[in-house]
Amino acid sequence: MPFAGLFFLTSGLYMGWSLGANDAANIFGTAVGTRMVSFRTAAIISAIFITAGAVISGAGAAKGLGALGAVNALPGSFVVSAAAATTVMLMTRAGLPVSTTQAIVGAIVGWNLFSGYPTDQEALTRIVGTWIYGPILGAAIAFALFFVVRFALNRLNIHLIRLDKYTRTALILAGVFGSYSLGANNMANVVGVFVPASPFIDLSVLGVTLTGTQQLFLVGGLATAVGVVTYSRRVMMTVGSALFKLSPVTAFVVIAATATVLFLFASEGLEAWLQGMGLPSLPLVPVSQSQAAVGAIIGVSLAKGGKNLNLTVLRNIVMGWVATPTSAALLSYVALFFMQNVFMQQVYV
Amino acid sequence: MKKTDETRGLFTSKAKTLQLDMDRLFSLVDQCALLLEEAVKKYLQDKRDGFEEKTAEIDKMEHEADNLRRDIKHRLYAEMLIPDSRGDVLGLLETLDNVLDTTKHVTMSFSIERPDIYPFLKEDFLELTENCVKAVLELTLAVRAFFRELYRVTEHLDKVHFWEHEADVIEERIKRKAFTSDEIELFSKRVHMRYFAERISMVADEAEAVAERLAVYAIKRNM
Repeated sequence: MPFAGLFFLTSGLYMGWSLGANDAANIFGTAVGTRMVSFRTAAIISAIFITAGAVISGAGAAKGLGALGAVNALPGSFVVSAAAATTVMLMTRAGLPVSTTQAIVGAIVGWNLFSGYPTDQEALTRIVGTWIYGPILGAAIAFALFFVVRFALNRLNIHLIRLDKYTRTALILAGVFGSYSLGANNMANVVGVFVPASPFIDLSVLGVTLTGTQQLFLVGGLATAVGVVTYSRRVMMTVGSALFKLSPVTAFVVIAATATVLFLFASEGLEAWLQGMGLPSLPLVPVSQSQAAVGAIIGVSLAKGGKNLNLTVLRNIVMGWVATPTSAALLSYVALFFMQNVFMQQVYV
Repeated sequence: MKKTDETRGLFTSKAKTLQLDMDRLFSLVDQCALLLEEAVKKYLQDKRDGFEEKTAEIDKMEHEADNLRRDIKHRLYAEMLIPDSRGDVLGLLETLDNVLDTTKHVTMSFSIERPDIYPFLKEDFLELTENCVKAVLELTLAVRAFFRELYRVTEHLDKVHFWEHEADVIEERIKRKAFTSDEIELFSKRVHMRYFAERISMVADEAEAVAERLAVYAIKRNM
């Protein structure tokens, strides 16, 4: 692979790092922040299962994103990814629950506008639709799960000390599921735009063939793992101790609900099964993990009687639906102009 | 005791051992309360040997409970257990220890000061002690429920408040009788009766103090 190819991947690697530092921290935040699970355990599980999810099941959501616009030149992919990453960074600084998905969608639309390729309206509607029903689904699942868990706890009369042990195990299992789902669903945001112009060729090692796309997802997964190891500890402590005051048991409900939402929008197997049964299936597109998590927290809050429901968070989410993709599209368009006319790189074919 | 711990360790998990030790601590509180009732009964019946025997038993149990509480506290931290409600559980164990301390103090005061309980007050003193003991027994039921059946905590706590209130009523009755009766000649004796009524009643007061904390902890623990 030429040096230029590697260089153009750096913006994707940065996105991967950011995913590991922020989104992975959301999964284990409460568990680590409340010292139910050690950071070491959380980091190892996140790194392994995010990468596994990305390599095994990442393709489905990437196809959904690809339908929006196939960025077909590597310098173009670099700019689109960098524009999305910058938007995420700026929005995070502004304290908004930003979604990597919304940023990348905006950036791709910016590329479409710049290159003159049409934006697939159907794909766009499908993706934007998930922004709305992702958090709603998160809330609904968390709401139902809350009552199931409460019913079980009231029935089983588990001693507090024993419950502590079970909760730790449940948090770890939910973390495994959450990490896998995050890798499967959100890795498309990290490396999805590089798929059409992937610099990797198929590789066969010991009879196992890794396609160029899978290698791309592996690299994204490794970048995410680095993000987890280097930066997520601080974010986890913030999530666990400052943002939402959740008990370890409710934290489990939130993580499991969020992971389920991500999994539903990523699993090709589930899609095939639903279609086989003649049932409507969910579109395989990347959804916002942080917003699904906020939805889940709202679900738990409603299940507890709707007290302490912070409507500002809801307002910020709705604002994010408009502000994030618009900013990313604008930034992407301007940066593509510079890349093409100042750095003389071909940003589309 | 160490041997028991080692044997337990072979067959049971750390969590189970801790659970058993906590149960042992709560049963020591129960037993101390029941022994208090027996001790006061013996004292009022002028069975001094029996009284001293019960006092010594309470002293021994209080000591054992102290060691057990320190051990549980140490393990909760050393083994990083229940990080979320550890502070509350430790607070609970500490205040529960106050109930034991007060119980021990009552019998010690009887043993050292040997108050002359006037016959017309004996029934009242016994009733006061019985109500205080009932408050403590309800409290330990509430504490046990806190660990296992959270939804039952409130019903037990209500009873703790009830018995504490009853104890207050009897305490007041004893004081009024002591200060109005012609049978007690010396003012110092009247004060002595008041002092012992207050001392015994403090057992129920301490139980209520734990109950109030427990009510808050239970709300916090609720999912």
